[in-house]
Amino acid sequence: MKSTEVFNIAWAAILKNKVRSLLTMLGIIIGVAAVIVMVAISAGTEATINEEINSLGANLVFVQSSFTRGGAGGAPEGGLVYDDAAAIAEGVDGVGGVVVEQTASETVKSSSAVLDGISLLGSTSDFPSVRDMNIADGRYFNELEVDRKQKVAVLGASLAEELFGDSDPIGQDITVGTTRLVVIGIFEEKGLVGDVDYDSRLYMPITVVLDKFAQSQFARIMGDRVRLIYVEVDDQENLDNVILQIELLLAKRHDLPLEEADFTVTTQQDIIGTQEATTAAFRSLLAWVAGVSLIVGGIGIMNIMLVSVTERTREIGIRQSIGATPSDIRWQFLTEALLLSLVGGLIGVIVGVSGAWIFGSVSGMRTVVVTSSIILAFGSAALVGAFFGYYPANKAAELDPIEALRHE
Amino acid sequence: MAARAIIETKTLTQIYGMGDARVAALDGVSISVHEGEFVAIMGPSGSGKSTLMNILGCLSRPTSGEYFLDNEDVSGLDKVELAAIRNKKIGYIFQSYNLLSRTTALDNVILPLQYDRTTERTKEEREEVATKALGMVGLADRMQHQPQELSGGQQQRVAIARALVNEPVLIMADEPTGNLDSKSGAEIMELLHDLHNEGATIVMVTHSSEIASHTQRTIHLRDGKLDKVISNGKKAKK
Ligand SMILES: Nc1ncnc2c1ncn2[C@@H]1O[C@H](COP(=O)(O)OP(=O)(O)OP(=O)(O)O)[C@@H](O)[C@H]1O
Ligand SMILES: [Mg+2]
Repeated sequence: MKSTEVFNIAWAAILKNKVRSLLTMLGIIIGVAAVIVMVAISAGTEATINEEINSLGANLVFVQSSFTRGGAGGAPEGGLVYDDAAAIAEGVDGVGGVVVEQTASETVKSSSAVLDGISLLGSTSDFPSVRDMNIADGRYFNELEVDRKQKVAVLGASLAEELFGDSDPIGQDITVGTTRLVVIGIFEEKGLVGDVDYDSRLYMPITVVLDKFAQSQFARIMGDRVRLIYVEVDDQENLDNVILQIELLLAKRHDLPLEEADFTVTTQQDIIGTQEATTAAFRSLLAWVAGVSLIVGGIGIMNIMLVSVTERTREIGIRQSIGATPSDIRWQFLTEALLLSLVGGLIGVIVGVSGAWIFGSVSGMRTVVVTSSIILAFGSAALVGAFFGYYPANKAAELDPIEALRHE
Repeated sequence: MAARAIIETKTLTQIYGMGDARVAALDGVSISVHEGEFVAIMGPSGSGKSTLMNILGCLSRPTSGEYFLDNEDVSGLDKVELAAIRNKKIGYIFQSYNLLSRTTALDNVILPLQYDRTTERTKEEREEVATKALGMVGLADRMQHQPQELSGGQQQRVAIARALVNEPVLIMADEPTGNLDSKSGAEIMELLHDLHNEGATIVMVTHSSEIASHTQRTIHLRDGKLDKVISNGKKAKK
């Protein structure tokens, strides 16, 4: 019997019981769709996080403060201070740049606009290179300006637009809270990275932020303490060496043995590693969920195929009596099982791809449909069909013609 | 000149069950049927008629004994080889027609052509051959009907067309009129006699001595053994 004829018979059998076929395919549909949606969500999340990490600039080392709560006044003890950053920049070899950041929020006025709640980012002069930000016009402030607490400001792209419209902001005055600053530069557009909008921020020397705008209770008791120092290493090769130098230097400055350090040093690699471990764990969980639902789907197919073989025992007997060989019969039922799983897989792909898209637009989460997940899911569906279809098909093929013909 | 033997069996034996439940459904049956012969098989219920038909129709293999079909020893063939023999050499007509339901008469008749591995035929050629077979049994105007839309007699005609379509050397009929009223039964018998007159070799089980008497020979079975063979005095037409 030709394969097209076998296909037609199998297809007719599936169409004959449309509802039953659809219910049988449900397990496969759900399994395949689940794989595609879950992989799309995980790939979307991963892409977002990677962008975030990359936007920080390469070869970054993070020196994080670990405070201990102080005595009566509640002022924290230990931890990093602003001068630690300068000490790292001077005392550690192989460092490309050191940045300390301090944020605040203020009302910003220009000659033509008043904007409330603008976030201020105080930093040091290495900020653009360490954080991969490019100046579009003018310049960033230098080390001297930071030291001297110069009242200069650099605008994010969209903030410049909102404050000054079409006119050139460079050299113009803005009022932040009650303090006047001169605009000396504008950043290129950076866009949203993660959930941070770098374009709507106002950048200025960290010393100015600490001096004028650190108004919150928390900020005041913090004094010149900083939470985080970004250190850019000039060469990936030097990473471990730089970390060691930083640890030794800070331990000495804080007069503590290394084991009791009031700071931690992590690298971008550590963060990526953690991220990858999380993703891998998620992936394997996903693989289990998908595997189980595909197996359940396969058992469903096997179940229905066994019913089908029983129902059509007489038909099998008739076909055998006019010359169908065991392999003719086996192929007929295997094709039917394969077709069930493939059609189920196809519907699953459609449901999965549109499901990922709908989920993405409804939840606002980023989803990336991964081609290999479609191929994998579809391929597994086919494999499941062949595996679970074989036993019923073989049972049909092994039927004795006379007994099959006698079946009512 | 002796006609060519189509069926030649030697001490065919079929044993069912074991120990106390052991039944010899066939017990050493040796018969022969020649080309162009129309032979009836009779016997009381349980005498082994269907068992013999199943073996002669290559639907099962005997426990022991030899069976030559068209001079080929088929008693030792495997399932696949037997399937090919059923397809090419034997046309089987059942009491209960055994047509595929929800399948047109034409598609039912095409079925043996689809399982034929030895002859390459296009879809059109198959339809042509099947149409011709349906024409021979007088159903040219019912080709697109499904079994449930046909009378019992018409269904049996479709089954006969299906049995003929691969031009078998032997036609087996197990009580072909058993499910039919006397008028349709007579029409089916007329059709079988027409086939016989055109040279077909036919072996038929029947419970009616009247029907048997119109064949050339009647083989009587009893308790799985050959009881007697009666010649009905008709000449084989060639
Ligand atoms: N599959 C089987 N297993 C066990 N015994 C069987 C089997 N098939 C047939 N028999 C036994 O073999 C004997 C012959 O059965 P068979 O069906 O050949 O009789 P029959 O002549 O066709 O009868 P009927 O006229 O009722 O159709 C009976 O005793 C029957 O019970
Ligand atoms: Mg019988």
